[in-house]
Amino acid sequence: MNNIVKPVACKILEVKKESLHEWTFKVETDIKPSHGQFLQLSIPKVGEAPISVSGYGDGWMDFTIRSVGKVTDVIFDKKPGDILFLRGAYGHGWPVEKFQGKHMVVITGGTGLAPVKSMLNMFYDNPDYVKSVTLISGFKNEEGIIFKNDLERWKEKFTTMYTLDRDQKEGWNTGFVTEFVSKVPFKDFGEDYEVVIVGPPPMMKFTGLEAVKCGVKEEKIWVSFERKMSCAVGKCGHCRIDEVYVCLDGPVFNYTQAKYLVD
Amino acid sequence: MGYKVSFEEANKIFAKLQDEYEIWAPKRFVGRGRYSDTDMIKYDKVNTVEEIEYKEKSDFPAKEVLTPITESLFYFTEDEFIESKATKKKLLIFMRPCDIHAQHHQEKIYLSNGDFTDMYYKRMNEKVKIVMMECTTGWDTCFCVSMGTNKSEDYSMAVRFGEGELTLDVKDADFAPYFEGQASADFKPDYVKENELHVEIPEIPNKDVLLKLKSHPMWNEYNKRCISCGACTIACSTCTCFTTTDIVYNENGSVGERKRTSASCQIKGFTDMAGGMSFRNTAGERMRYKVLHKFHDYKARFKDYHMCVGCGRCIDRCPEYISIAATVDKMAKAIDEIVAEEK
Ligand SMILES: Cc1cc2nc3c(=O)[nH]c(=O)nc-3n(C[C@H](O)[C@H](O)[C@H](O)COP(=O)(O)OP(=O)(O)OC[C@H]3O[C@@H](n4cnc5c(N)ncnc54)[C@H](O)[C@@H]3O)c2cc1C
Ligand code: SF4
Ligand code: SF4
Ligand code: FES
Repeated sequence: MNNIVKPVACKILEVKKESLHEWTFKVETDIKPSHGQFLQLSIPKVGEAPISVSGYGDGWMDFTIRSVGKVTDVIFDKKPGDILFLRGAYGHGWPVEKFQGKHMVVITGGTGLAPVKSMLNMFYDNPDYVKSVTLISGFKNEEGIIFKNDLERWKEKFTTMYTLDRDQKEGWNTGFVTEFVSKVPFKDFGEDYEVVIVGPPPMMKFTGLEAVKCGVKEEKIWVSFERKMSCAVGKCGHCRIDEVYVCLDGPVFNYTQAKYLVD
Repeated sequence: MGYKVSFEEANKIFAKLQDEYEIWAPKRFVGRGRYSDTDMIKYDKVNTVEEIEYKEKSDFPAKEVLTPITESLFYFTEDEFIESKATKKKLLIFMRPCDIHAQHHQEKIYLSNGDFTDMYYKRMNEKVKIVMMECTTGWDTCFCVSMGTNKSEDYSMAVRFGEGELTLDVKDADFAPYFEGQASADFKPDYVKENELHVEIPEIPNKDVLLKLKSHPMWNEYNKRCISCGACTIACSTCTCFTTTDIVYNENGSVGERKRTSASCQIKGFTDMAGGMSFRNTAGERMRYKVLHKFHDYKARFKDYHMCVGCGRCIDRCPEYISIAATVDKMAKAIDEIVAEEK
């Protein structure tokens, strides 16, 4: 009988330090995710943790992980050649077909950049896929910045606004991402745009409200939720909000649905 | 076919059945109850009819036979995942109609939610044959009639317990051979037609009313009353939530297991995420979450029935005498209030 919670062993190909506490692990796998999906990473005798796919290609997948606890700390002890156990990919990711041919506005807070990174790189590599990309990325402080190389590279093709919450940094803004939403020329985009917002729950809430204030229609806003998960397959109940299971029906939701999802 | 058999004959049939089946039924554990001098009635394997506690409602539901409070998923030796083994025998389980209905809720989550089938549940579920225990009066905390779970046809055999004898309705051909030569009897199980407790489940007309209901002051009462012990969840016939954890057995950590343990949304920490983020941090919010799941959210997702079979076990078990029936009544009033304000 097929056992949906049994993970498979995958070899770590590369470990890259994005920041002090956020490292990217490249693993060898044939699993084909879609942008915005996640997998359950597993360490026998320690546990499992849901982690977004931050990049993928033929035979490999990237996870950008913040070390915060039991499982993630042990993952940080792993080196290239070591084994990680995976199951997935799970959930509904970004509706990229809907984004095709439009102006894209992507607003991220902290590691919220990880679940949109693979999609941003797809836009970068296929410049004709969307009309334009405006990226607003905020981080708590200098140490919190992840994907430094990507952020630099994206400047070439995207309109970028990078910001630190309180600190000063050359070439960067200071302030929360919400303060920069009104700078996006939504009017010039006509009806031809979509907005993606990912980050901690308060950041998504206030950024969503700000976007609506700037005249963005709710159905054009997309968010990705993070909730406690113990199974990722709709059984354990930890991620449920109302009739919605974040692991099955999310993590990506349209704002018209998300605004009613009060835990 | 209907039969009448003495306890003595029934015990001989039990003995034969045990070649193929484990027989599970509510059993009385003397002095093991919550308070001194009280007993506990819970599901366990039985060998004889006399061991079955049929006169009183069990404190704990039948779901425990299929999904025990803790269950091993994998054993680890070094880096290998070795699946835990299930019992080889089939399972013959004695249940009242409410517990039979609750199996459908369990199946909905474990076998089909999100189109994922849980192997651990499925392999147990496939082994189950149900003996329905006729239930005609219920108890003061039951509201099965309100929930439409007072009657069930979903059984292999139905049984009425009499003085020293059983009357049975044997529907499943697999069991007919065991009753060869027994006295036949004309028998269809009766059922509860009215409970002392009646619960009217309110309709929540739309999402805006739902949002207002979530922040209605009615839930604050439970901040003081509910001690968030989770006893109601463990006693609940339909609750399915669990947490997966890994443990190690030995000091060098080379062997261990991954297991599942029942989890309660009433206990703080159910939603804790790394980084200190958590949701529903008051007992009132957690009560709201549970009650809305039982009487709105589940049905909103699966479109058929509510996630409560009116067994009343949560009412019986609550140390603070919180009644889910009374809570639903309060919720109905709150909804009326909100709807009236909207007009
Ligand atoms: C859909 C989804 C996608 C995700 N994607 C990613 C991703 O791409 N990258 C990523 O890094 N994470 C991601 N996460 C979060 C990640 O799953 C958790 O960080 C991880 O499960 C932590 O597991 P752990 O075993 O290391 O920590 P645990 O030991 O299970 O958790 C630590 C516990 O300790 C406490 N704790 C830990 N750290 C802190 C702290 N700093 N402050 C206060 N309390 C703390 C918390 O109570 C927490 O419950 C995602 C989560 C979801 C649901
Ligand atoms: S909520 Fe209470 S009455 Fe309803 S099924 Fe669960 S234990 Fe029984
Ligand atoms: S309702 Fe009662 S049984 Fe349930 S958690 Fe609260 S105090 Fe415990
Ligand atoms: S994570 Fe278990 S139900 Fe969603």
